[in-house]
Amino acid sequence: MSTLSIAAGQARGWVLPLALLALWEAVVQAGWVGAHLLPPPSELVRTLHDLATDGALLGHIGISSLRVLAGFAIGASLALLVGAAVGLSRQAEAYLDPTFQALRAIPSLAWVPLLLLWLGIDEAPKITLIAIGAFFPVYLNFVAGIQNVDRKLVEVGGIFGLKGWALVARIFLPATLPNLFTGLRSGLSLAWMFLVAAELIAATRGLGYLLTDGRETARADLVIVAIIVLALLGKLSDGVLQRAEKRLLGWRDVFDGRAA
Amino acid sequence: MSKPLLQLQVEEKSFRAHRVIDRLALDIRAGEAVSLVGPSGCGKSTLLRIVAGLETDYAGRVLVKGAAPQLHSPDVGFIFQEPRLLPWLSVADNVGFEAGRHGGRHPRVRELLAEVGLAAFADAWPKQLSGGMAQRAAIARGLFTQPALLLLDEPFSAVDAFTRMRLQDLLLSVAAHHGTTLLLVTHDIDEAAYLSDRIVVMDSGPGRIAGEVAVPLPRPRDRRNPALARAEAEVLTLLNGGQQGYRDIAPDIVAAPPTPTQLNGATLGFAV
Repeated sequence: MSTLSIAAGQARGWVLPLALLALWEAVVQAGWVGAHLLPPPSELVRTLHDLATDGALLGHIGISSLRVLAGFAIGASLALLVGAAVGLSRQAEAYLDPTFQALRAIPSLAWVPLLLLWLGIDEAPKITLIAIGAFFPVYLNFVAGIQNVDRKLVEVGGIFGLKGWALVARIFLPATLPNLFTGLRSGLSLAWMFLVAAELIAATRGLGYLLTDGRETARADLVIVAIIVLALLGKLSDGVLQRAEKRLLGWRDVFDGRAA
Repeated sequence: MSKPLLQLQVEEKSFRAHRVIDRLALDIRAGEAVSLVGPSGCGKSTLLRIVAGLETDYAGRVLVKGAAPQLHSPDVGFIFQEPRLLPWLSVADNVGFEAGRHGGRHPRVRELLAEVGLAAFADAWPKQLSGGMAQRAAIARGLFTQPALLLLDEPFSAVDAFTRMRLQDLLLSVAAHHGTTLLLVTHDIDEAAYLSDRIVVMDSGPGRIAGEVAVPLPRPRDRRNPALARAEAEVLTLLNGGQQGYRDIAPDIVAAPPTPTQLNGATLGFAV
């Protein structure tokens, strides 16, 4: 595919959203829908501008991003530790995996009341909830990745005398990397989801708080701006992982979307 | 005469209750090229894995340069049936895997890649290589430690006939250059005759040696040399239990008995 046609393909992707935005603006300006329920795009831009200039938006983004980062880091790290043990050792799998599979069956939001009871309404319950959300996708994909490593490649490691940590670092880890990235990316998107849940319940700062605030003060523009910013942050953070994935996994012999 | 490079005396090797090797003795001198041929399941690959140190649970005594074989001996290189390159490493890093994380920068990698005709592919991913090229990279990797003994487990069975001939010649030239002793497992009797000084014919289970055929021809050899065909005929006779006529070589594999002319195709083992 030529660069030009790729650009044309991307341009085609903009047609529908731009048309919808224009329709939205027109419908509200014409007075068919109340501006207090569906503020027009022009008003959203103004709200965004106001929030940005008084520094409030940056504060909300900062605290929300920190929560996601902390929760994701904790959840993913624990998933890597437990996943490595379960994936590499049949013993550990026999002892640990049933428990974690059972825990996974609990809808993560069911933890909320318990977390609030145990940890109060400070940062701890929020970060814990996000960590729980990020844990399972990383854990499941990592374990599946390790258990699917080609025995023949492990044998190559054996021929070269690799044992223990060296075998893990030079054979298992790179072989598992594709699965690991799948897990990390879905873990991160769940982390954003659980951030909103946590901040909707009890928060005085953050994008989830902005959502609550908008609802309580009947300002739909605030709600919509918060939604848009959340979407952008989610996309941005996933983009970082996606770029890392592309860079690190260039060796994969996979279907690239061009049949034959 | 000096001690053999490899001294093999395997009393018994079993997988669960199934005995795959039974009282087998074989010595290989330095510089020799020896092939093991025999029907599927006769234990020849297992024998190779014992020498490589991949199988340790057996009764008997195996000495490589007078010492028990161990995994990761610099004296022994191993080449698998498939290239088994690590897909996440460049070709150069695969060849220099032994030398660690950035093994591809080792000066010997460049020499070996040039020797197997892959100098231009040092930075390529394995997925960019053809089957024959990948197997050449695997040969270079097997030679990295400059092993005295190179073990090959049906190394060219997955490539087409022309590539196979070129890989065979490549193997002979690098082995001659490095003075490497070769122990090769193959299903291909043509290949065994062309590559080897000695062909060791194994009996179907439990693995025992049915006999040996010497191929005392100078190198480089002409593939059309009638002496090669005579050696192949001797191998076939041994596989046939010493009979000229047909005997069921692998009754569990060959459903309908092939005619003797079919057997003269000189390749066995994939008669499925």
